[in-house]
Amino acid sequence: MYDFRQVFGIFPTPGAIVTLTRRDVEAIALLARLEITEEELPVYAGSLSRILGFIDQLAAAATEGVEPMAHPLENQVQALRDDVVTESDHRDRYQGNAPDVGAGLYLVPKVIE
Amino acid sequence: MTAAEIGRGLRAGKFTSIEVTRHFLERIDRAGQLNAFITVTPERAMQDAKRADARIAHGEGGPLTGVPMAHKDIFCTDGVLTSAGSRMLSNFVAPYDATVVERLAAAGMVMLGKTNMDEFAMGSSNETSWYGPVRNPWDGTKVPGGSSGGSAAAVAARLAPVATGTDTGGSIRQPGALTGLTGFKPTYGRVSRYGMIAFASSLDQAGVLSQSAEDAALVLAVMAGHDPRDSTSVDVAVPDYAAGLGVSMNGLRIGVIREFFGEGLEEGTGRAVRTALEGFKAMGATIVELSLPNLPLSVPTYYVVAPAECSSNLSRFDGVRFGHRCPEPRDLLDMYRRSRGEGFGAEVKRRIMTGTYVLSAGYYDAYYLKAQKVRSLINADFRKAFSEVDVLMGPTTPTPAFAIGAKVDDPITMYLNDIYTIGANLAGLPAVSVPCGLVDGLPVGLQIIGPHFAEQRLLAAAHAWQLETEWHRKLPPLFA
Repeated sequence: MYDFRQVFGIFPTPGAIVTLTRRDVEAIALLARLEITEEELPVYAGSLSRILGFIDQLAAAATEGVEPMAHPLENQVQALRDDVVTESDHRDRYQGNAPDVGAGLYLVPKVIE
Repeated sequence: MTAAEIGRGLRAGKFTSIEVTRHFLERIDRAGQLNAFITVTPERAMQDAKRADARIAHGEGGPLTGVPMAHKDIFCTDGVLTSAGSRMLSNFVAPYDATVVERLAAAGMVMLGKTNMDEFAMGSSNETSWYGPVRNPWDGTKVPGGSSGGSAAAVAARLAPVATGTDTGGSIRQPGALTGLTGFKPTYGRVSRYGMIAFASSLDQAGVLSQSAEDAALVLAVMAGHDPRDSTSVDVAVPDYAAGLGVSMNGLRIGVIREFFGEGLEEGTGRAVRTALEGFKAMGATIVELSLPNLPLSVPTYYVVAPAECSSNLSRFDGVRFGHRCPEPRDLLDMYRRSRGEGFGAEVKRRIMTGTYVLSAGYYDAYYLKAQKVRSLINADFRKAFSEVDVLMGPTTPTPAFAIGAKVDDPITMYLNDIYTIGANLAGLPAVSVPCGLVDGLPVGLQIIGPHFAEQRLLAAAHAWQLETEWHRKLPPLFA
């Protein structure tokens, strides 16, 4: 598990002004598997700090004993279906959208040297 | 002409679907400057029209058979580019139809093409699209709203009689309001999300941008209903929405949300909405003012929940199976990072990073769990309100359409544009925006929110309003 408190040093307190550094943005971008250019880093540091400062107002809401809501329809049970094959083989069709395939396989750069 | 009127004309033999389809394809051709479409599918449209004419000639089909329409480019369309407004999917030809696409095609509707949208539906102005901004037909220097901005501009300029949209935080209602249309977002789970490219799965819902409540009723009746391929689609019978349009407003209990009339509501917009409320009173409805005290927290709640879900949903775009892959990757990590860095635009990257941050260990409780708890509070506010009233009303947006470029550099100001619409998404409620006036020549909308599965009630209220007023019949002067 990745602990951001170690990366960012401080834990934002309610109403705190959040200031992300370039290094913070680099760390987030790596986790999100996004390449961010040198010029973009300070721009994202600024806008992400503002967004985090904005959402930080939630900290002041009284939520003791409140159940978290993950889904808008309560009492909705995830439907299950019978464990039978419903799809036919579309491999060639689907692989038509792939950047690189060979012998029916998706190809990626060498992972193991 | 509305979709319903075109349908009636087709069945009465006044014109053929081929003629109508050609008419709209020509209008699309002439309105390129709006940038409303990413892909136009004239051959497919003419084939659909020919088939529809044959069905009509045999006395088959329904009220929408042969009526042209457009799909937001977030719905997978078999054999047709499905880009979600992103460079990432600018080479993606969908290998299957979304359930929404399949059902409207089976009803005999003619697909004219795929409309422009904010990238992956993340935006409120249609300026984040890889394919460039869409212009508002009412004023080409203004945004049409977003994220379903292409669908809104297309219907407002009558390049299509009706179009599909999706609404995660207001993406149907807000552009509907800013372009003078009826924008209908159904209850979460009412319409299948199968084949609809995911942004925030607990909020996304498909709906309609139309010229009238009647059209919304007809199209929604086809789109809605249980779909075993979407495990969140709800197995509740779909009523005949069009048949229920005539319900009287006499005795309807309307709650006016006090929090929606505070600071930030532009004067003319507020005046138009208050006038509309008086109109409902004159039709026999009763009006009470209500407070939903947690509703002002809906925007910050949304900007935790939606980015969190988006960062997870968009992890599928890795340059391996579909979508953009960077040239000459050095290794796997480089391929992921550069493919995603190049394939996604600035706003999408910002939201993925926001989501990554709020979901990360150490911050999960402070942001994500906290937001889910506040979401519960907002939901409870709505539930309490609906124990006292039948529908809630207020403005759809704080202002009429703003200028292209005015808010792109300030995400918070942009996000606050959805301040009145996001609550319904968090609680999964159906809501509709109907035109209720013009402010300096730009349309503004009245929003009507109902309890879960009260689509029929909202459509009846919207229809009653449209029988009394002409706002929904007003056309942008340049496209009249």
